[in-house]
Amino acid sequence: MADSFLRHSPLAHLGLAGRAGAFEAGTAIEAGVTMGERPYRGLVNLRGPAGDKAFADAVQKALGAALPVEPNTTTGKGDVAVFWLGPDEWWVVTPSDGPATADKLRAALAGQKAAVTDVSESRTCIHIRGAQARDLLAKGCPLDLHPRVFAAGQCAQSLCAKAMITLHQVANDDAEDGKDGGPAYDVYVLNSFAEYLWLWLEDAAREYGLRITSQ
Amino acid sequence: MLLIPCPYCGERDETEFSYGGEAHIERPKEPDKLSDAEWADYVFMRPNSKGVLLERWVHSHGCRRWFNVARDTLTYKIHAVYKMGEKRPRVPKTDYV
Repeated sequence: MADSFLRHSPLAHLGLAGRAGAFEAGTAIEAGVTMGERPYRGLVNLRGPAGDKAFADAVQKALGAALPVEPNTTTGKGDVAVFWLGPDEWWVVTPSDGPATADKLRAALAGQKAAVTDVSESRTCIHIRGAQARDLLAKGCPLDLHPRVFAAGQCAQSLCAKAMITLHQVANDDAEDGKDGGPAYDVYVLNSFAEYLWLWLEDAAREYGLRITSQ
Repeated sequence: MLLIPCPYCGERDETEFSYGGEAHIERPKEPDKLSDAEWADYVFMRPNSKGVLLERWVHSHGCRRWFNVARDTLTYKIHAVYKMGEKRPRVPKTDYV
């Protein structure tokens, strides 16, 4: 991990904090979409045998959250979320402490057939919420995002505007933390695609009215 | 656009997948005993069938796992999807002209 004073989020140069809270010039309509970057999230890639009880137990003990074995689902405990990425692959997502989480997992899984890799610096997270957040994502993402199929607590690796993303629905339409009366999503995107995807989303959100948040 | 049922993730859009050609092609057990013609057959020759073809796909923008698909090359209908190492499914006979 880079020294913290050298850390630089992939969207820092867009000056999003300076635009936070303000409506886009020329849009009189109420914001249908709120977007912001959640930089420096801790991401730890975990691989191991899902069917091995010793492995699953060690992970649960280290994280407090059970390992999700159902495809496209997440589990969580407090700040820690675990995403299902494949039959033997998961992500452990924390607000900031990737290396510490990786160390903790590595210690818990010592001697077992498993791999723990800190990948925090590979991606950034774009948070999208609001009444039209789903419509916005649907413009570029081939996933079926209808609440009947994809709801809070689910995740999926897919594409958005041809960029590889990992999508996590954080809140349902009626949930209190979907503050703008719509669903809330976290979109994890590779650093090198982050600017492209942000600008694409910003352009696509223009018709709904966009508010930028600095959280 | 095809809707491909990934055996791990469920139905996903074709754009998330990459094609891997014909499935069940076995590498020769004794490669040093092969003639040039047999090598050519192993490396290059594919049936280009009109009808159901067993082929490999990888969910490259999803779970990144390889699997097999029984797909009709004429109608694009996917008859079956099965994981690597699983038995070949029974597929309907096609008698296109």
